[in-house]
This record gives sequence, structure tokens and C-alpha cells, in this order.
Amino acid sequence: MLEKALHGRRGYWMWIACLILVAAVGFFFYMRQLDYGLGITGMSRDVSWGLYIAQFTFLVGVAASAVMLVLPYYLHDYKAFGKITVLGEFLAVAAVVMCILFVFVDLGRPARVLNVLLHPQPASILFWDMVVLSGYLLINIVTGWVILSCAKKDIPPPAWIKPVIYLSIPWAISIHTVTAFIYAGLPGRSFWLTAIMAPRFLASAFASGPALLILVCLILRRWGGFDAGEKAIQALAKIVAYALAVSLFFVGVELFTAFYSGIPEHEAQFIYLFAGLHGHTGLVGWMWAFAVLAAGALAVLLIPGLRKQETWLAPACVAVFASLWIEKGLGLVLPGFIPSPLEAMTEYHPTGPEIAITLGVWAVGFLILTVFYKIFTTVRGGIVSVPAGPAAGGR
Amino acid sequence: MTSSRRDFLKIAGASALTLLAPSIFVPTWAEDAMVIPPGRAYGPTPALSARRWAMAVDLARCTTDCTDCIAACHAVHNVPNFSNSKDDVKWIWTEPFTAVFPAENHPYSGQALQKLKVPVLCNHCDNPPCVRVCPTGATFARPDGIVMMDYHRCIGCRLCMAACPYGARSMNYRDPRPGISAINPNFPTRAKGVVEKCNFCEERLAKGIPPACVAACRQKALVFGDVEDPRSDIRLLLEKRFSLRRRAHLGTGPQIYYLL
Amino acid sequence: MKQHKWGLIILGLAIFAIAVTFPFWYGKGKSTPPVLSLETPEIAGLARKECIEDKAFMRADHMKLLKAWRDEAVREGKRVYTARDGRTFEKSLTGSCLRCHSNKEQFCDRCHTYVGAAPSCFDCHIVPGEVKK
Repeated sequence: MLEKALHGRRGYWMWIACLILVAAVGFFFYMRQLDYGLGITGMSRDVSWGLYIAQFTFLVGVAASAVMLVLPYYLHDYKAFGKITVLGEFLAVAAVVMCILFVFVDLGRPARVLNVLLHPQPASILFWDMVVLSGYLLINIVTGWVILSCAKKDIPPPAWIKPVIYLSIPWAISIHTVTAFIYAGLPGRSFWLTAIMAPRFLASAFASGPALLILVCLILRRWGGFDAGEKAIQALAKIVAYALAVSLFFVGVELFTAFYSGIPEHEAQFIYLFAGLHGHTGLVGWMWAFAVLAAGALAVLLIPGLRKQETWLAPACVAVFASLWIEKGLGLVLPGFIPSPLEAMTEYHPTGPEIAITLGVWAVGFLILTVFYKIFTTVRGGIVSVPAGPAAGGR
Repeated sequence: MTSSRRDFLKIAGASALTLLAPSIFVPTWAEDAMVIPPGRAYGPTPALSARRWAMAVDLARCTTDCTDCIAACHAVHNVPNFSNSKDDVKWIWTEPFTAVFPAENHPYSGQALQKLKVPVLCNHCDNPPCVRVCPTGATFARPDGIVMMDYHRCIGCRLCMAACPYGARSMNYRDPRPGISAINPNFPTRAKGVVEKCNFCEERLAKGIPPACVAACRQKALVFGDVEDPRSDIRLLLEKRFSLRRRAHLGTGPQIYYLL
Repeated sequence: MKQHKWGLIILGLAIFAIAVTFPFWYGKGKSTPPVLSLETPEIAGLARKECIEDKAFMRADHMKLLKAWRDEAVREGKRVYTARDGRTFEKSLTGSCLRCHSNKEQFCDRCHTYVGAAPSCFDCHIVPGEVKK
């Protein structure tokens, strides 16, 4: 099936070339980072995780896209999603690959990464995160590929794939739970020390992943020669609306607990996020952008008249994706470190090489996504002569 | 030494086994010889040992602006000093009392306390979160309570830095050697990409000498000893003085006691 | 698979095999093993010129010995090595090995370069005399 990705029009190849270029630039700077050390980034003794781990955290959420299609289709026989479960699975594959790459580029000694397997530590959540992420990657590659192969040959999927798909549902929950536990289990970081960390991860995951899927469906309908169907897109939009609402509710719950209890070490990080603390306002603009984007998107998605118009739906989905990228990215990682355990206010600013490496990893992810979606549209579209523009382009 | 051919084959066989089980390898022919009688160590003096190592910092004796302990520790352990605070590596350093014990701070506490600087270092916790989260076992707790780093195994994920509630850990964001003004040849430097911290001078204890910071303190403000030994100096001090521990409510069981 | 493609496949496999084995037959007979120097003041002063274990073992397995030392000294706090003949040594690369073999360039590096090994030991462990780079 892979050969289907080798036939495309100029737009498709231009897009591929751009992605390869961005990935190559990222790789070049990664070589620099390997040579010099992580000091090439903006991370410091006080803020020891930055852009890389923020992307990892956010993308674990995007990887959940699959389950929001698989669950209604396989457990509730919601037919409208039948055509597009594979889209969700392939998106999950690309997202998990990016997650793994972001953890990898964040390591100080990447050559020793196998120590995690050679000296496994069951008490370490990071060990379990590695287990669930690789498992989720495998499950989605297998199910996506098998179902698409069968669709190509016009035969029903083999019976053994059903249990694997059922397994993927709790497994998707596990990747968020375990990733949230990395943060929520640390005694000294009160911003992360919250029992609703895992639920928060799940809620925003079920918003950001499907929001990206809607965008993909809209792009594929316009340029990819594949129509997911209005019913499926609208159903996804409703999922995004509810998940976003729950996600914002959770943020509100956190704010209440911090400020009504009035415990300084719980308040400090939220003050830093939304108002700035001791003159340090590094994230204030970003967090208000999150708040405005998320509230605006929620309004659009909740009003049926707006939700049903593509001209409103598409920007709303972009807003959901961008706002959660802020909130589950740097907005989640940095307040764990600012203020520091010794009350130091050390701000974090990503450096050029760090941003280049980050974009490079995103490019690799989108390359995987493009190739998979190209194969998908060719197989599902059924007609090779359909103009195949940039499959996942336009974003 | 004359080595027979048979012996050599035994060695070769044992060595070949290491390929199969690298982590559990002890050469069979050397197994017995490698057992060291307790208390014995290389060097002229016997090793210092304890059931539970701990340190008391006597704030009545510690003088603000004195940095002898820091200088001694950082020189002995090849801790680099970069002009860039982002790349800082610190094993022991001072912080304002108000930042070390924020809960004990209020607007009416005396000027002396407000201005007080307190030495801080790894707390060698009884229940260390850094050990719990480490995905490779590079950070581990010894039976005598010292929380150790195995720099050979660390992958540089920095989860321990996030887990430590005391900010006691430093990442080697770059090759430390250019930042070391005079390398102590008797202690390794670290390489870029690993996390490091205070090791309670376990390399000195093994040779029978007390930690560098303790030895360097002219005020005798740092008292190091076995808290499980009721007759030790540190226990006698804890008996009669009021002591604080940093963020003890987190359940980490910190073993640096600050005497007021 | 169409018949006429077999030729191409076999050609490709042949090129692959040649490329992979290239270093072996190209380098054959061209290089001689390095001569390792034992000429250091410390070794000259030894009454019995003998490493901690016999030469054959040290040559073949010094890296495994060092690895075992490393884990035992750091992780188990066992710092004394008792050789088969009963002599004891501190398990220390700088303190024991390099005390005699102070000529790292003529001893360690020569062979490591020859066999293409790049041990990272010396990133941290200090070579006496090489202290300030």
C-alpha cells in the first residue's frame, strides 16, 4: 500500500519537500545540541523542562483522537464514523511518534536511552509511560493498517482485529493517565499535585485531537477527494464542544481550589500564569490568549447555527487546537518550575535552535500524517484520477 | 603470578558470561575475594560507616557571608562555575532563610532572621522522590541513607529535578570541564547531559574522612553523624536544641536538620 | 514477481554484500597492531612487572573488569579488589590503572584507536598530568 504515497500532484510534493526541509533544519540543530549539550536550549537549573516536554504533553492529548472515533463506532455502532476511524488511528500514530521524539530530543544522554529497558524501574512513572506509549503506537499502526488493507481489497476486516480495537480504548485512557501521573505524583510541585490532573488531560485530549480531525476532514473534503460526511464532522464537533467545556470547567475548579483555600503555594503559579508574579509576566499574554480562544471556540461550537457552517467551524477548531496547545503545553509545564522550590523567579525563553528542533519534530509528524492520509485517500477515494492535492496541507 | 591454561579458560568462560548477563556479573573466580570485611576499606584509615547518615546545620554558629563549605565542596568535587546562571551546578550553596523556610517567615520576625543566609544541599531523604521517579535506577538510596547518583547510568531525563522539592539537583547543560578552574584529579568530573548533586562525600567516608564541607567549616556549624546512634554528636545536639527540616510536611524525611 | 526483475535483485544484493564487507577486505593486511608502551616511571619502579591480573586476561577483558568495578564501587560501595594472587587494589580507574599506565596516549589510546573503540570513561575520569586541557 505504501506505493500509493508515491503518486501525487505538484502541490503534494511541494508540501512533502517543505516538511523534509523543516525536518532537516531541525536535525541540523539537533546535531548541534548533541555536540554542545542541552545548554543550547533555554532550559535552566530552575526551569529544567521546556518546549520539548510541553509538546510531548500536548501531543499525548492529540493521540487520543482515535478513541473518540473508535468508541462510538465499535461500542455504540455509530455508523457515521465507520469511514474515518482509520483517520483517527493514523493521527494517533503520528502524534505518538512525535511524543516519543520529543522525549528523545529532551534527553541529556540519548545514547543511553536503552537503560530504561536494561535497568527497568517499575516504581518510575516514566518507565510505564514508555510502555503505554509504545503499546499505543503499535496498536494503532496495526489496526489502522489492517482495516485500510481490507478496505482496499474490499473484504471485511479479520476477526482478530476486533479485540485489538477494544483494547485500544482503555489503552488510550492509559496514555493520558500515566502521562498525567508523571506530573501529579511529584510532592514538591503544587501546581501539578492535583488529583484531577489525569481527568484534565483526558478532557483536553478529547477536544484537541478531534478538533484536528475535523480540520483534516475539511481539508480532505476540499482538496483530498475524500468526504467524511457532514454527519461525522458534526458529531465530532459536538464531541469537541463537550470536551472543551469539561476542560475549561476543570481549569475553573483548579482556580477555585487555589484561590478560595488561599494557600499561597497553590495560588502563586496561577497568579504567575494569569497576572504575573513579582514582575515576571512571561506567560500572561499566552494564558489570556488561551482563555479568549477557548471561550470563543466554545461559544461557536455550542451554537448549532454557527457550528454547522464551515466558515465558523474551521476557525473554531483552529482556536481549540491553539488554545489547548498553550494550556496543555508551556502553560502546564512552566508553572511547575516557576516559582522554584526556593521561590526564585526564573523565566524561560526557548532559543532559536530549540524552536528549530521542535519544528523539525512537528515536520516529521506531519510527514508521517501526510503519507498515511495520502494512502488513505487513494484507497478510500477509490479513484486514482481524483486530483490529489496536499493531503494534510493547508494547515 | 603464573596462570595455568585451565585458569585462563575459566576466566574466559566467566567473561563470556558477562555478554549474556552484564548487570549481574561477578567473575566466579573472584567472587570470594571480592567480599570485603565490614568496616574495611582501601587506604590507611578504616571507612566511616553509619546506620543512618545525617547532618545538622547550627544556624547560631553559621556566619552569613562565609562560603568556606561551598568552596571546599565545589573544589573537591570538580563542580564547575559558569558565569551563566542558567548552566549553574550547585552541590551546596546558601539561600535566604525566608526562602528556605517560607512557612516560618512573617513580617515581624527579627531583622537577624530576615537577613540570615542558610546553607542548603541535598537532604538525603528517607523517602526520596528522586529515587522513586528515576527510570533507570541511576539515582538510588544506599542502606546508610546516602542518596547516590550513578553518573554512568543517568540518561538526563531530569525527572528527578522535577521531583526534588528542594531544588538540590543540577543538570550538566554543557561540558563542565571548561568551568572548573582547578581540577581535583582524585575525583571525576561529570560529562554533559547528566544530573548531579551532593553525595554526602561518600568517597571521603570510604577513606575515613568526614565530608569536605564539615571539615572546612571553621565555626563548626556543620555536624555530621549517625542519627541512629544515640551517643553521636548529632543526636546529642538534636536532643537539646530545637530543629527545623525543610518542607518536612511533604513526607520526604529530609535528613538535614537546621538548629535554631 | 516478474521473471526479468530477478537479475536486478541479485545485482542489488551483490552490491549490498560488497559494500557491507568492504572495510574487511579493503583493510586486510594494511595495518599492523599497535605496540603499547609500558615505559612509565611508575612501572619502571615496580619490582614485579605485573598488572593486577595476567596479561591475557587484562588484554581481553579489562573493559568488563572495569565495568564490574564501576558498578560495585558506585552502587554497592565495594571499593577493594582482591586479585587472584591475593594482592588488593582500589577499584579506581584514575587511582589504580592510570597510576601505573600514566601514558594514556601511548597505552590506552593507541589500541582504542586501532580497534575503533571510543570509551567515554575519560569524559569524566581524569588522566593525571592531563588535568588542564
